[in-house]
Amino acid sequence: MNSILKSKWTKAVVFLICLVPVGILIWDAFTGNLSSNPTQFLEHATGDWTLRFVALTLCITPFRKILNQPQLIRFRKMLGLFAFFYGSCHFAVYLTFDQVFDIHGIWADIMKRRYITVGFLAFVLMIPLAVTSTAGMIRRMGNRRWTILHRAIYVTAIAGVVHYYWLVKSDVHLPLEYAAVMAVLLGWRIYEHFTKVARPATAPRPVAKQSTTVAPE
Amino acid sequence: MLLKQSPELKYSDITPRDIYVNRRKFLYGMGLAGGLALAGKGLLDMLNPSARAYASTKLGPLASSPFSTTEKISPEQVVTTYNNYYEFGTDKADPAKNAQKFVTTPWTVSVEGECAKPRKFSMDEILKLAPLEERIYRHRCVEAWSIVVPWVGYSFSTIAKLVEPNANAKYVAFESYFDRKQMPLWNRAGIDLPYVEGLRIDEAMHPLALLCMGMYGETLPNQDGAPVRMVIPWKYGFKSIKSLVKIKFVKSQPPTTWNITNASEYGFYSNVNPKVDHPRWSQAREVRLPGFFKNTPTQMFNGYGDQVASLYNGMDLKKNF
Repeated sequence: MNSILKSKWTKAVVFLICLVPVGILIWDAFTGNLSSNPTQFLEHATGDWTLRFVALTLCITPFRKILNQPQLIRFRKMLGLFAFFYGSCHFAVYLTFDQVFDIHGIWADIMKRRYITVGFLAFVLMIPLAVTSTAGMIRRMGNRRWTILHRAIYVTAIAGVVHYYWLVKSDVHLPLEYAAVMAVLLGWRIYEHFTKVARPATAPRPVAKQSTTVAPE
Repeated sequence: MLLKQSPELKYSDITPRDIYVNRRKFLYGMGLAGGLALAGKGLLDMLNPSARAYASTKLGPLASSPFSTTEKISPEQVVTTYNNYYEFGTDKADPAKNAQKFVTTPWTVSVEGECAKPRKFSMDEILKLAPLEERIYRHRCVEAWSIVVPWVGYSFSTIAKLVEPNANAKYVAFESYFDRKQMPLWNRAGIDLPYVEGLRIDEAMHPLALLCMGMYGETLPNQDGAPVRMVIPWKYGFKSIKSLVKIKFVKSQPPTTWNITNASEYGFYSNVNPKVDHPRWSQAREVRLPGFFKNTPTQMFNGYGDQVASLYNGMDLKKNF
């Protein structure tokens, strides 16, 4: 398992898998399969994939610790950047087709409509995370500051789900499914934080073999 | 004039069937299925659930209407696969898949309440009450998309006059069919059912208000509100109630489904109005399906202001949205 996770090929394969959703959308666009309301279809598809990649990114740390697979950390940055990529596609579709490059209209939307406000917040918060995702930036910022900044992904996760919940007309089942997933992923972190604090300082951590070049989470 | 045959629009002009059955999807599905002929059909259904899965009967002869727009008619494929009919699921593609087994025969519509001659009408009677007209109307959804549909029917006032509404009839309440067994997704709809709608009596009696039994020259597909529905072209689409079973003349303003669900977002009148935003989005522009860009300016009363604006003289349409 560890050797598979370590292989550079695995990383390449995961990268290609992450591109499959956008590949399908491009294929659908060329074959005329974007439904009768293509813009809404693209908005929903890219929005869904943004939330899914945010959730996948947030899965890395719990799985790494619970399954004792430290190598999983190699995929966190890539998944996070894909969340940003799909979020950017989502915003681009809104900008191009929904608002037709009407910057004033977009600003009015952000100011007036709370689901746009939180959605925009979720997107904008990903920008500094994407910019500081390189090893060089981690080194320059220092682990502690970098870690604090990257907790913004928690806000993105919550704001993204609230954005979805506020935009549906009456059937809230799907947004609640995302909310449940995010609640588990964030809840695990809260649980972990408090159990870690409660642990006597002298007791050794059971999982000690963690890569030191990687920022803690 | 109403009975004049339309010289310029023939059914051969409107979206030939073989186009919307979408041969490319068909071939794609068959190719994937390869030699597995049996699996092929299942796969085809999966790939292309929307391909003409409904039965319909041709209606005619149809009189043309002076109310018809000359704008380009939307492809039938769009109008039959992109539906808001929450009883059959909340995704736009759901009704086309889930309404196919909906039983619409026999069907009766009860017309009752404040009128001299309340009675029930069978579908056969409804189809023969008056000459059927084709009315090509713009249809504007509250979600800021629009289509142009060749509906078939006649003015609602035709059936209303037969039961002789009395002086107490200030409003008309409409009710949709509802059956948990036939509509198993009902509890995901998030709205109270049966679906109810309402109009002021003068709105309902306006000749533009259509009692609709068909579209594209044929009976209504289930997902579009078979067998009989209302079409109120100057109001947002949700006012045009589907699968009508009850029409009741009443004294006071009746409850309406989306207003019950969220009163701050959906008013009783719900006239198309580019100047009154939905709290969550602008109503100034719309996307004409199946297009990409939301760049079609929305018109006051959906472009039917010349006919209906006088119904609202002196009313504050921002307050009475």
